[in-house]
Formats: sequence, C-alpha cells, structure tokens
Amino acid sequence: MRIPLFRGKTRWGLLLLTLLLSSLLFAACGGNPSILNPAGPVAQDEANLFWFILGVATFVFVVVEGILIWSIIRFRERPGMPTPRQIHGNTTLEIVWTVAPSIFLFVVLVFTIRTMFQVDTIPTGGQQLEVTAVGHQWWWEFDYPTQKVITADDLVVPTGTVVHVKLYSNNVIHSFWVPNLTGKTDVVPGHDNEKWFSVDKPGTYHGQCAEYCGLQHANMAFNVIALPPDQFATWVSGQQQAAANNPQYARGLALFKSKGCTACHGIVGVNLNDFNTQPQTLVGPNLTHFGSRDMIAGGVLKNTPENLAKWLHDPQAVKPGNDMPNLGLSQSEVNDLVAYLESLK
Amino acid sequence: MATSTIVERPALVRQKRFSETYIGQWLTTTDHKKIGIMYMVTAFFFFVVGGLEALLIRTQLALPDGKVLDPQTYNEIFTMHGTTMIFLFVMPMFTGLGNYVVPLMIGARDMAFPRLNAFGYWIVLFGGLFLQSSFLFHAAPDGGWFAYAPLTECGVQGVNCIPATPSINMDFWALGVLLLGISSVAGALNFVVTIFKLRAPGMTINRMPLFVWMTLVTSFLLLFALPSLTAASGLLLLDRHLGTHFYQAAFNGDPLLWQHLFWSFGHPEVYILILPAFGIVSEVLPVFSRKPIFGYTFVAWSGVAIGFLSFTVWAHHMFAVGLPVVAQAFFATSTTLIAIPTAVKIFNWLATIYGGKLSFKTPMLFALGFVAMFLIGGLNGVALAIVPFDYQVTDSYFVIAHLHYVLFGGAVFAIFAAIFYWFPKMTGKLLNERLGQIQFWLMLIGVNVTFFPMHILGLLGMPRRIYTYAPDLGWNELNLLETVGAFIIAAAILVFLFNFVASLRQGQPAGGDPWDAFTLEWDTTSPPEPYNFKTIPVVRSRRPFYDKKNPETADWKVAVH
Repeated sequence: MRIPLFRGKTRWGLLLLTLLLSSLLFAACGGNPSILNPAGPVAQDEANLFWFILGVATFVFVVVEGILIWSIIRFRERPGMPTPRQIHGNTTLEIVWTVAPSIFLFVVLVFTIRTMFQVDTIPTGGQQLEVTAVGHQWWWEFDYPTQKVITADDLVVPTGTVVHVKLYSNNVIHSFWVPNLTGKTDVVPGHDNEKWFSVDKPGTYHGQCAEYCGLQHANMAFNVIALPPDQFATWVSGQQQAAANNPQYARGLALFKSKGCTACHGIVGVNLNDFNTQPQTLVGPNLTHFGSRDMIAGGVLKNTPENLAKWLHDPQAVKPGNDMPNLGLSQSEVNDLVAYLESLK
Repeated sequence: MATSTIVERPALVRQKRFSETYIGQWLTTTDHKKIGIMYMVTAFFFFVVGGLEALLIRTQLALPDGKVLDPQTYNEIFTMHGTTMIFLFVMPMFTGLGNYVVPLMIGARDMAFPRLNAFGYWIVLFGGLFLQSSFLFHAAPDGGWFAYAPLTECGVQGVNCIPATPSINMDFWALGVLLLGISSVAGALNFVVTIFKLRAPGMTINRMPLFVWMTLVTSFLLLFALPSLTAASGLLLLDRHLGTHFYQAAFNGDPLLWQHLFWSFGHPEVYILILPAFGIVSEVLPVFSRKPIFGYTFVAWSGVAIGFLSFTVWAHHMFAVGLPVVAQAFFATSTTLIAIPTAVKIFNWLATIYGGKLSFKTPMLFALGFVAMFLIGGLNGVALAIVPFDYQVTDSYFVIAHLHYVLFGGAVFAIFAAIFYWFPKMTGKLLNERLGQIQFWLMLIGVNVTFFPMHILGLLGMPRRIYTYAPDLGWNELNLLETVGAFIIAAAILVFLFNFVASLRQGQPAGGDPWDAFTLEWDTTSPPEPYNFKTIPVVRSRRPFYDKKNPETADWKVAVH
C-alpha cells in the first residue's frame, strides 16, 4: 500500500536540517548571553567542546536518519512484493555495532575528562581577584574581601585577571551562570563551592541564576562588567569611600533614616561604619554606591530615576514576593529618595 | 386444619447485584483487561490535564514580559506539568498497557494477584485526584517536579531557611508521590510474579515477547528505585512538620542529600519511562515489516544492561553542584556507557526494517517516528554527559529539549503506536487510518517545532523555570515559534480524541488479528473473553502465533531458540 503523505518525509528532513544549521549560525553570532559567543578562556573551552560534539552528533544523526529514511523508501510495501526473508540476527553485526559506538564514545569521554580538569582547576599565579558571590532570594550580592567593597547586581572585574568566585548562600540553592564567560556552579548552603573565570575584553556580560530558587527565580539576573585594569582600580577606590554627605539631598537622607529603610539596607557613613564583607549582615543590598549600579533589584529594572521611582512606589507591583514592602511613600517623598539614592555614585 | 392457606409469594426475580450492573462491573472488577483499560483512560485524562498545563506555560512564554500567569501560578503550573506527565500519565499508561497486554502475550488468564492489581489502580486514580485537587485549595505544589530541598521546606524566605509553618503546597506533592509509589510497587510486584510464574507451557524466558521483557526490567527498576524516593519524601515531610533537619545546612543537615536520594530514584525513573516504549517499538516494527525482530537476544539484554547501568548514573543530574572532579569523571563514564546498549537497540531496529516489507499503518508510523525522534534525544543526551558543556547547558532550555525528545518524541510516540496497535484488540474496532496519519504528521511537525528551538534557546543562555524574560536577550522569536508548535501538538491530540470517539462508535470491525501479527494476544477474540483463551496455547518459539499461521515455515523449524 502506498501512502502519498509519506513522500514528504525527505523534504521535511531537509527542511529540519536547514532549520538546524541556520539557527545554529544565528546562535553563534547573535544574542547577548550566547554560550557560543565566549569572551573568556573557560567559556571558550566549553564552546569548543560543543562544536566537537555537534560534529560527532551531526555525523551520527545523518548516518542513522539516512539509513532509516532510505530503508523506509527502499523497503516500502509494493504490489507483488514477496514475503521477506525471516532473518533473526547476526552476531558479527551485533559486535560491530556495539564496538563502533564504544569507540566514538570513548573519544568523546577522553575530551570530556581532559577539558573538565582544565576548567575545574583554578589557575594560580598571574593577576588574581577574589570575590564572594552571595545568592539571596532573589538578587546577587558581590563582596570583595581584599578590597573591602560590597556591591549588588553588578560584578565589576578587571580584564585579563583570574576571578576566583566563592559561592555562598544561607537560604536556598542558587546557581551562578554567565553564559559568555563560564558555565554554572550551584550555590549550595553549607557547601564551600568556588569557581573561576577570566574576561578577555572589556564589556558587559549577562549573568543569571540558573537553579530554580522560588517565586522570582526569573528575576535574579546580574551583570558582569569587565573594565581594563586601570579603570577597575579607579572603580575600586571610588567604591571604598563612604557615601558623600551632600546637604542638597538632606531630605532624601532623612527619609532613608526615618522610613525604616535602615532595617534592611546599609549605607556606609549613614548607618554603617565600614564595609563588612561578611556575607548576609543585612537583608537588603548595601546602597552606599547605589547610583553607580546598572540595575535595580536583581535586574528587574534598569537603574534610572524613573524606574527607581516606580520601584519605591510599590516594589511588590514590580517584583511580586520580594522582601521589600510597600512603604506607602508620597510622590514628593519618592522624588526626594530617588534624588538622594541616585546621587550615591 | 381443613383448609391450608397458600402463602402468596412474589415471583422470584433475583435482583441484579451491584457488581453485575455495567458501572458495577467496572468498579468491582479484578479482570486485568478492564483494569488495564481503566489505567489507560485515567492516564490519558491526566495527559490532557498535563497538556493543558503545558499550553498555559507556552502561552505565558510566547512573548517577553508575559502577563498571562502570575509568578506563583506559573511555578505551580510547571511543577504540576512535570509531576502529572511523569507520575500520572506515562507511568500509569505503561502499567495499563502492561496490564492489558502482558497476560495475553504470555498466555495467562489474568495477573498473578488480581485484587492487588485493582488496588494499584484505585490508588493511582485517587492519588492523582489528590494531587490535582491542590489547585482547588490554591495550594498546588510549586517546588518543581524534583522538589529540591531546602527550597521545598523554607517557611521564611530571605533569611536563614528554616521550616516555619510552610504552606501546604509541597505536602500535596510529597504525599501524592508517596501514594503513587505504593501503587507502583504493587503493580511492579504483580508483573514480576506474573511474568515469572504464569507463562504458558513452552514460553521460556528467552521466548517472551520483548514488551514483556521490558515490562519485567521496568518492574525491577521500580522495586529498587522507589524506596529511595519514599525515603526522600518521608524525610522531607519530617523536616517540614516535625522539626528534623535532614536537608538543613544551618543544622548540619545537607541539601545535597535530597538530590542524591531523589536522583537515585530519578534516573532509574527515566528508564522506567522509556524501557516499555522500547518494548512497544520492538513489537510493532517486526509486525509491520513482516520480519522477526533482528537480534532478539541483544535487544532483550541491552534492556537489562540499561536497567543495571541506570542505577550508576544519577549524579549526572548534579554536575553543577560542586562534586569532586573524580566523582564527576566516574558519572560521565557511566553515562557514556549507558549510551552503548541504547545504540545497540537503535541499530537492531534499523536492521529489523531493513529488507522488510514495510506497511505504513499508523502504529508503524508512530514506531518509526519514535526511532527518528528518540535518536535526537539520545544524541543530545550524550552531549549532556560532556561535563564542561553540561556546566553551560544544565538547567537551561537545552535540557528541556533533551527530556522532551526522550519523553515526547520517545515515550509518547511509542504510546500512540501502542494505542493504535492494540486498540482493535481492546475494543474489536479499528481506529481510523486517515485520521491516524493526520495526527502522526501533525505530531511529528509539532514536536520538532516546539522542542527543537529549545536547544538553541539553551545555547543562547535561557534558563529553565523562568516565568518571564526580558525582550532584549534575543529569545523572542524562538519562544513564539515553540508556542505555535505546542498548539500544533494540541491539534494532533484533538484529532486523536475525535478519532477515538468516532471509532468506538462506528469503527471498522477488527476481527481477532487485524495486523497479521506474531504474538499470542492476537490468537483470541477481540476483545478477549474474561478468561482470555479457550485453551492455553503451547509455545515452541518466540513467535507462537506466526508459527500457528505458517506451519511450513514455523520459527521452531528453522531457527533455534
């Protein structure tokens, strides 16, 4: 019996293959956080393995689907076809197709294990920077214990430096992932996980929590901002200062103290004496240099005065379930706070 | 005493007992065929529920900053989608198929423990309804289908994760899963005993149909894997309600304990969901190729090998949790090893159709579709075993692509092959061919349009389990495409439902053996009488019904088994 619908099979196969190849090209050049667009040695190693396995898999895919489709066409039932020979098996063939994939897989395994040791060993020597990434529900805090700097949402690093990241959480499991720079390592309470990466060229790279961590898992992003070493040094010395006390923003400062903000947030020079880089001393982000950051509240908004005003009016409307309550601020109070916070460069 | 009075009695009409009414027959049955059908209908009902949940997920993600679901509802929906499809669709569907088909295939009159069998079914039904009823209380489970602690036991978020009167969402999950586990153990025990003790005379282990083989392996996997899940959810409940700290790092417990316990169950579970599918395909391909299965022994024993190896690979779900490198190397190796018996099966299926006389009835289309799609799920599975690459794509949409090629392109295609293949045996009527073919092509297109782009989204950095995404990350077009694909699949399922109802009412009569098949279930009426066979058949080879129909070229004359 012949089924006309079946003739389309090869055409669909071709279409699928075209889709596959064109979309991979698309993945390689476009897209911000693509893992095929590596900007550092770790991501580069991982991407190389992808191209390798893609080659192997495409070969197997084409051969096996090819045999399948060819057999479907060649052996379809036609009028007058005799009953086929009743073949029950062939031990030689079985051995061949047990050994053949074994060899393939062995080669894959060798590359896997070699690269794994490469990316899992934290290099010693050269320029080093130590950072603790703290996973909160749902935002990232970054502590620089040597420099005595604390920031949130932005992880600022110098280029060409081994960034040694210690991962800390005391709530649930999160996962640190910057596709352009490095694969994931989970942030597990009670486990001293660490990882490393290094950035080749200055730029901003999208990072995101990759382990489901509750209501706002989707809004737990961060940016890795890579600066040339001299600019990084400037950034660090700026971040080490206490907050400027500009009388122009006195009303905002007063509101910060009186509206209960200090229960969760700290500003060095206001309610904190220094940068305490022990993680998790306060529930909310340290705001000493809030105005210098790119994003608000786990990357849910860009840091602009309008967005900050929106956030202060009702944080629960912007990011339902986060720890910050609606403080019931009036429009002028919001304006004063926005002016003050955005001045904290 | 001259007159004796005759007591007038009403004519003796024996009242029908409840168990004799139509409804009562189903509610009180211990017949493996009726129980099998109830399992399958129930499973298909939950398939539709889980499918609607999938459509909600895809609708929410069709566009960036989606507003269809709020985050809490989204998290509940994706948790219930996974839980429903795994525990309430694929598992009971295979139990139901096995229930119906296994005793017939081995020439038995029923399962070994008919009442236990009925018990298992009712637990699935009520366990499933219990889980889904959580939606009525606005307390559907929201911790993901693998329910990672400590997220699943935190009462207060943001500060130290300490269980403090947590909401009951995850209690529904833990209790539901415990209930379903009881049913699965009962079913698995029943299969093991049935297959070992009730085979027809002459049906040695090495003459059993491959579907029976795979059901046997699956049953052993269930028996050895489920205790781990039971322990894990038991400890979770203790943590949540009695103040223990098994998963609490702050009290010297360990969150990774959950992951080890869960995946020690979870990876054998993956094979519990796919081995019966291997069995189905190994039945369907030979019949529609007019040839015996190629390399029976290798197909059977590669299934056993997969079963054993499946207990050694669990930590490949945990490559990102910071295990020691040597441990990761071990699990990468065992995961690579398990690909070998899987490849052997695929080659044997290809060799089965090679040189055959292929007739493309709907069951065959789905079986061939299974081979084509499962191959993709196997290849991207091998990619996930490459640890450094896995660091990049684990917990991203790449994994979602992988598991759906295995479970949808694999298990669901095999389930439809089985439904189209055995429906005539169960009802005496054929499903409509034309509609079946339309459904197949819609599904093949739908699956690839929905799930193939997920590979690319994973490579583009899209994590799984996010209820929304920003518009500037380059994920918009592919997400929209996937949503279109999901609705194509939904259309295919609607075609099937229509076909099912229409064919039940006025389908072509099937007769006992519509496919000119090889195995014993076709050597009786459709549907079979409650006792299955008038006389228990005697078996002399792997294809007893083929032998009966072709005495000249019977297998036992020409082939040694």
